[in-house]
Amino acid sequence: MTQEHLKDIDMGEEPVKTMSMNPKKFMLWLAIASITMMFAGWTSGYLVRKAEGNWHEFDLPNIFLYSTAVLVVSSVFMHLAVRAAKKDNFNTLKIAISITFAFGMAFLFMQWYGFSDLVKNQLHFSGSDVAASWIYVFVGIHGLHIISGLVVLLFSLVSSFRLSINANNLTRIQLCATYWHFLDGLWLYLFFFLYFNR
Amino acid sequence: MATATLHANDTHAHGHDHEHEHHEPGFIRKYIFSEDHKTIAKQYLITGIIWAFFGGALSIIFRLQLGFPNMNLDWLKPVLGEWIVEGKLEKEFYLALVTMHGTIMVFFVLTAGLSGTFSNFLIPLQIGARDMASGFLNMLSYWFFFLSSVIMFASLFIETGPASGGWVIYPPLSALPQAMPGSGLGMTMWLTSMTFFIVSQLLGGVNYITTVINLRTRGMSFTKMPLTIWAFFFTAVLGLLSFPVLLSAALLLIFDRSFGTSFYLSEIYIGGEALPNVGGSAILYQHLFWFLGHPEVYIVLLPALGITSEVIATNARKPIFGYRAMIGSMMGITVLAFIVWAHHMFVTGMNPFLGSVFMFLTLIIAVPSAVKAFNYITTLWKGNIIFTPGMLFSIGLVSLFISGGVTGIILGNSALDINLHDTYFVVAHFHLVMGAASFFGLLAGVYHWFPKLFGRMMNNTLGYVHFWLTFAGVYCVFFPMHYIGIAGFPRRYYSFTALANNAQDTFADLNAFISIAAILTFAAQAIFAFNFFYSIFKGKKATQNPWNSNTLEWTTPINVGHGNWEGEIPAVYRWPYDYSKPGSASDFIPQNVPFSATPESNFPEENEEIAKEKEIEGLLAVQNDVYNH
Repeated sequence: MTQEHLKDIDMGEEPVKTMSMNPKKFMLWLAIASITMMFAGWTSGYLVRKAEGNWHEFDLPNIFLYSTAVLVVSSVFMHLAVRAAKKDNFNTLKIAISITFAFGMAFLFMQWYGFSDLVKNQLHFSGSDVAASWIYVFVGIHGLHIISGLVVLLFSLVSSFRLSINANNLTRIQLCATYWHFLDGLWLYLFFFLYFNR
Repeated sequence: MATATLHANDTHAHGHDHEHEHHEPGFIRKYIFSEDHKTIAKQYLITGIIWAFFGGALSIIFRLQLGFPNMNLDWLKPVLGEWIVEGKLEKEFYLALVTMHGTIMVFFVLTAGLSGTFSNFLIPLQIGARDMASGFLNMLSYWFFFLSSVIMFASLFIETGPASGGWVIYPPLSALPQAMPGSGLGMTMWLTSMTFFIVSQLLGGVNYITTVINLRTRGMSFTKMPLTIWAFFFTAVLGLLSFPVLLSAALLLIFDRSFGTSFYLSEIYIGGEALPNVGGSAILYQHLFWFLGHPEVYIVLLPALGITSEVIATNARKPIFGYRAMIGSMMGITVLAFIVWAHHMFVTGMNPFLGSVFMFLTLIIAVPSAVKAFNYITTLWKGNIIFTPGMLFSIGLVSLFISGGVTGIILGNSALDINLHDTYFVVAHFHLVMGAASFFGLLAGVYHWFPKLFGRMMNNTLGYVHFWLTFAGVYCVFFPMHYIGIAGFPRRYYSFTALANNAQDTFADLNAFISIAAILTFAAQAIFAFNFFYSIFKGKKATQNPWNSNTLEWTTPINVGHGNWEGEIPAVYRWPYDYSKPGSASDFIPQNVPFSATPESNFPEENEEIAKEKEIEGLLAVQNDVYNH
């Protein structure tokens, strides 16, 4: 089958579509859907519980505001890294992905600091203050996902320094970027959810 | 565009897969840690069958207690040991038995054993793919299931007994280790096991969906897919969206049990002493649990319905009636499954208005279900029915689906449910409509695809005996339970002493009858086990296409090798249900026969399809690129 022959085929037809998406990327989107459902379950549970009354209202630690900014910045650099990889711009790629990783780590430490802030204000995970326990669940489980994201990011980081990510080999960094942007979006959702539903 | 992305992806995987092709994998890679979807399917099937016998045996033990409350059970001591006290079943162990029976049957047999087997086996074979999208994740999926099985199985043997709070493990019973012996270590193991189980299901589901979407052979458009594949696809979507929510519920329960939180606990007194936990809500758990729990019913049932569509159309030698209506009704069931969960909670003190909304949504499910039932019957109508054992079990499924389904309309009514909630009426309903029906789907699938699974045939005579004993047995067990439920017998009770009008005496005979029927039905399954395992080794050799079926799996070699097709994967030109087509000499036209080869039987609109055949052929290069390792 020659290339010319392929050109004659209308690529918009249905049969082509059966094989047009990278299965790995598709799987990642499905995984994202299931993680979303898990958090949707929790946020709905939070609302149901809150509606029952007897609810402790308190302010979120300020540091969560800064950590949100840090995570957004890291997401921006992730985007720049992918763009650099597409143009085979290796120096920019290395710098951008390193910054992404560093900001990701910083985010994780800030979340941890947020926990100790909560503890300082007598807001503990265990005990009878359910409102506080929920915060630990949201931030903690999101943090676990961030750790998994950092592991994925580390693989891309190492590959970028070995120059094995380039314009012809983008799958790895694209998968990594999709997941990282998702974790960023998930945190934004959780942050604003908690901010408006205290 | 399409080719470019695929190439980029291929160069990456090239080195690894190259090795694969030239070395026949060793015993361990081939039969144990296999990445081949057919081997994984067989692993799921055999694990599922073993679990089914354990789950069934547990139900026989508690049926002995219910049917013959005065029986001396000392003869069970060699197996149950300390669980038999003075010739009687220990009360706590009775609760453990019903819990484990439910858990094993719902999750390990009818979820993993059914869709694990047939989704894995049939998706690549029927859509024309060499394997699943990710063989590695598929292997992980089975071994997570295996790990979860080992933990659940081990929990049967610990001193305090396995989890005992019912398969729904409602808190606070399940959240407080001091509540009952089964809420201690047994419950911890239950939760651990189920966490691994959920991981396994998610890995499997991701794979099934991706494979169906991405790896169909050329020409296999969505409207040419067999209904089995549609059913597995919707099942996987249901699982992918609902199992994570069960994980949410289970994690909060784990926090309550082990980390001292109060998500589900509030104002509980044990032995006159108040627990420190306040502010939790036990109802919250029920909401989260049933958000999975209800879709789970369809996760169990849909694959069985898909298998039935295929088996009935093939053996009635008629096109399936209402192909698109079947897809539409499955889609409807999938969507509705997510918005009816609270009908399990009508008596939790929920707002009656909310109850009426959920009642309305629940009753709507009767519509797509009835569409499916009518379509099965109209497919059978005036067909040239061939009664293979697989066909008998499929027709049996339709029967059970209808007789179990009509009681769903009664239970879905929020007013009637007040009376019937948690009685044997509910037990009868769901055992018929999802338990037995799905089991029949599983058995139909095993009988029908056994030649493809093992290259041999199962014995038909034994199959018929097995079917009639099981079919009669299932009705004898579950039909009388409706009356027992209406008489007010609550489920999960160890014994009955003070029912209205002395119902416990009036219905003693009926309970004994049910138990005898259950024992006979269970014994009849030995016929199946013998037939199954004997035929794997000694069965009659299968022919290429023993049921004269249209779908792609019958175009593979009799003993399917790695990669499924030896040459090119066949292209698909028509839907899978061209049976007894007017004008055609043969009463079936497989999916890979182009319309240009059958001018005598084409409908006018199909003659127009001939022009597109070149186009489908042209995709061969694109398709080969996907597998170009």
